[in-house]
Amino acid sequence: MAPRTAPADPVVEMYGITVERSGTRVLDDVDLLLRPGEVHALMGENGAGKSTLIGALTGTVPILAGDVLVDGAPRTPESVARSRAEGIATVFQESHLSPHLTVAENVMIGHEVRRWFGIDWSSTRERASAALAALGLEDVDPRAPLEDLSPATKQLVAVARAIVLEPRVLVLDEPTSSLDAAEASRLLGVVRRLRDQGAAVLFVSHFLEQVFEVSDRLTVLRGGRVVAEYRTAEVERAELISKMIGEDIDALQALHSERLSHHYAQPGEVTLRAASLGRRGVLEPTDVELSRGEVVGFAGLRGSGRTELARLMSGVERPDRGELWFDGARVQLRSPGAALRYRIAMSSENLRDDGIVAGLTVRQNIVLALQALRGWTRPLSRGEQDAIVDTYLDALRLSPDDLDRPAGELSGGTQQKVLLARLLATRPHVLILDEPTRGIDIAAKLDIQRRVARLAGEGVAVVFISSELEEVVRLSDRIVVLKDREKIGELSNGPGVTVDTIVEMIAADTGEAGPDAEG
Amino acid sequence: MTTTVPDGGTTQGARARRGGGGPATRRALRLDRRYLPVVGTFVVLALILVVGGMRYDNFLSVGVLANLFINNSFLIVLAVGMTFVILTGGIDLSVGAVLALSAVTAAYLLNAGMPAGVVIPLVVLVGSVIGLLVGAMVHVFEIQPFIATLAAMFFARGLCFLVAPESIPISEETFVALAGWDTWIGGQWRITSSVVIALVVVAVAFYLLHYTQFGRTVYAIGGGEQSARLMGLPVARTKVLVYVVSGTCAGIGGLLFAMYSRSGYSLTGVAMELDAIAAVVIGGTLLTGGTGFVLGSVLGVLVLGLIQTVITFEGTLSSWWTKIVIGGLLLVFVILQRVLTVRRT
Ligand SMILES: Nc1ncnc2c1ncn2[C@@H]1O[C@H](COP(=O)(O)OP(=O)(O)OP(=O)(O)O)[C@@H](O)[C@H]1O
Ligand SMILES: [Mg+2]
Repeated sequence: MAPRTAPADPVVEMYGITVERSGTRVLDDVDLLLRPGEVHALMGENGAGKSTLIGALTGTVPILAGDVLVDGAPRTPESVARSRAEGIATVFQESHLSPHLTVAENVMIGHEVRRWFGIDWSSTRERASAALAALGLEDVDPRAPLEDLSPATKQLVAVARAIVLEPRVLVLDEPTSSLDAAEASRLLGVVRRLRDQGAAVLFVSHFLEQVFEVSDRLTVLRGGRVVAEYRTAEVERAELISKMIGEDIDALQALHSERLSHHYAQPGEVTLRAASLGRRGVLEPTDVELSRGEVVGFAGLRGSGRTELARLMSGVERPDRGELWFDGARVQLRSPGAALRYRIAMSSENLRDDGIVAGLTVRQNIVLALQALRGWTRPLSRGEQDAIVDTYLDALRLSPDDLDRPAGELSGGTQQKVLLARLLATRPHVLILDEPTRGIDIAAKLDIQRRVARLAGEGVAVVFISSELEEVVRLSDRIVVLKDREKIGELSNGPGVTVDTIVEMIAADTGEAGPDAEG
Repeated sequence: MTTTVPDGGTTQGARARRGGGGPATRRALRLDRRYLPVVGTFVVLALILVVGGMRYDNFLSVGVLANLFINNSFLIVLAVGMTFVILTGGIDLSVGAVLALSAVTAAYLLNAGMPAGVVIPLVVLVGSVIGLLVGAMVHVFEIQPFIATLAAMFFARGLCFLVAPESIPISEETFVALAGWDTWIGGQWRITSSVVIALVVVAVAFYLLHYTQFGRTVYAIGGGEQSARLMGLPVARTKVLVYVVSGTCAGIGGLLFAMYSRSGYSLTGVAMELDAIAAVVIGGTLLTGGTGFVLGSVLGVLVLGLIQTVITFEGTLSSWWTKIVIGGLLLVFVILQRVLTVRRT
């Protein structure tokens, strides 16, 4: 951390902020001060009210009571446009870019370089490229349509859009949720640079390490109230976690050990087998076997093919070579729906963007896939629905009060949980999870890991993909390592296997350069 | 402890670029995709020209082609306005009726002795005002564009009858002179005042859409209204303005129609909004908004006009065949768009 002078006067002051949505109080008397030259982290469980507080600051959520001051002067936040004009740039949690426009335009729309004849496109593109380059996206073609980009790159484009204005106040709501280590640390570097230039930053993330790395101050929200405020340097991780979840840290640690015992169970018979499965330009022919009761981790770097392998095995993408065998019979999966009929379910990397039906209730969202599987002519009775929904309430720490609310009203992380519940409700025999814990709070993350372990214990074949290698190592019985769209090996997990084992394996392969995980 | 590892980008475009796979070829392919619907329209247009040229003598004569513009100038203007609305994901059913209202008002006022210099801006303004009302309904009261513009359609059509139930011929000198003005540009190409006006409207629309913030916001709203709002774009103003643009275009269209027919009649332009919508869709603009080009819409109008011309040349065919062919073509284009969007995801 750079040496700091005495704390300056706050640019943004929020006092007694109270917000109600659909009649329930989601923020209650919250105070928040943002000072120039300081990164302020906002922590809390899913649904704690972090995004709502950001909404209150940027004018997207109406404030019931409380005061907002900018530069000491009171004002009523009314729109994103207004807050941008005051130098407050925000990266929202939900996607807020335009899919058909080019990358450059998504960065620059609303503040294009204008001359007497109108928008000067070449200067506009130049400015966009500069902002993108600061985030390590110099290879991305600014003329490409945004919809062509991966979720991670889209997220960085949203950040580029915020920093291109050199804002006085930068608000980041889970900006790193789809990023890999290198991208995240580059982003944190940019945040630090802006802070050192005097910007005030509000940073929301479920990644504790990133919060500790970048923030100077912490505010913890729980159930819409501020429960603690710390200087980051003065707080213990354990204390912070227990403040966030309102439970003792020991409870969480118990989950860990419970999980680890699973590694020694005997895997059952092979259920899904890929034989030389591949697709031109996507994945080299690959052999993988999944057994009942086994968790298989797919590990690899960017573009290694781990997501692609999962997609080919679950009917999301059609293979053009090789075979897929399910319980000893050859199968052709033409669509995810076809895969579901064999009880092969996959959660996609960008689950939330295309999965949640905002207008349906949580209950309806959960039973959706199962109902589709049964056919629409045989509706699930209320009793059946309740039974299914109840099963997943506890497991995913969903609140019973949320069940009959429209899913669109839930916090981002909670929506993610609902989608997982939907997938689990189909009682899959093969469950493929691509980044299932993205954007989910620590407690729920551990719950999901425990759930995965339980499912394996019940005989489900699980594939687990995560950018957090610790998670993969902790959960998997076997780890398939991929590199450059090719499987380079398999590890049987055991006491000797660590994150480093995998990293070294990737680095050693054909003597090429290792992971480019520099800062 | 949290060590993250670079994850697999799912998109092939991004991956290929990161992996250094030929950027030049990528770009060419991508351009193809975005302009593909317009290219498709262009191909259809060329096809009709070629087939028509082989089947009928004189089909490819300059006169026929010049007339294509002259006879469709008002439809071009309507389609241009409609493009703005559809790009935001809306629809404007009122333009046919507003066109009639503008034409009837022009004829009535000219007959009443008002000078053309006053009447012309006034009737265009009538269109703008109706557009403003529609925009307010859509935005302030959150009425579906379909319903709001349907109401405006009945309202404007009713006003037409109120102004003049019978056809009014126009004899005012300045107006007639303006309507009759034409010039020969190189060889046999004749270009009339209405064509000039239509082309100016197209140029202005192109400029607005591609070189102003208003235009870019139109595209952004079509890509998602909530996103556009979170990006801090002036969504409210833009949503109202597109209906003003469309209304203004309908007003200009009415003027062109009055010039074309030298009269104003309350029953003109019935169902013309549907022709305009058809032209926009055939021109490659997605009805869901966000993608499309005003030049595509112009091509769409020309395709419609050429089909009409072919039917005329055929002689024995009933003019209802025009509708059948347009219907079929519309279907093909909508399916084509569907296929393209499905491919993309
Ligand atoms: N439009 C809405 N209508 C009703 N309730 C809402 C609405 N939006 C959010 N809420 C509720 O407000 C609470 C706080 O949500 P918020 O999105 O601020 O949580 P969060 O802390 O950002 O969580 P996450 O980590 O999951 O993003 C949640 O209980 C949510 O259900
Ligand atoms: Mg949130």
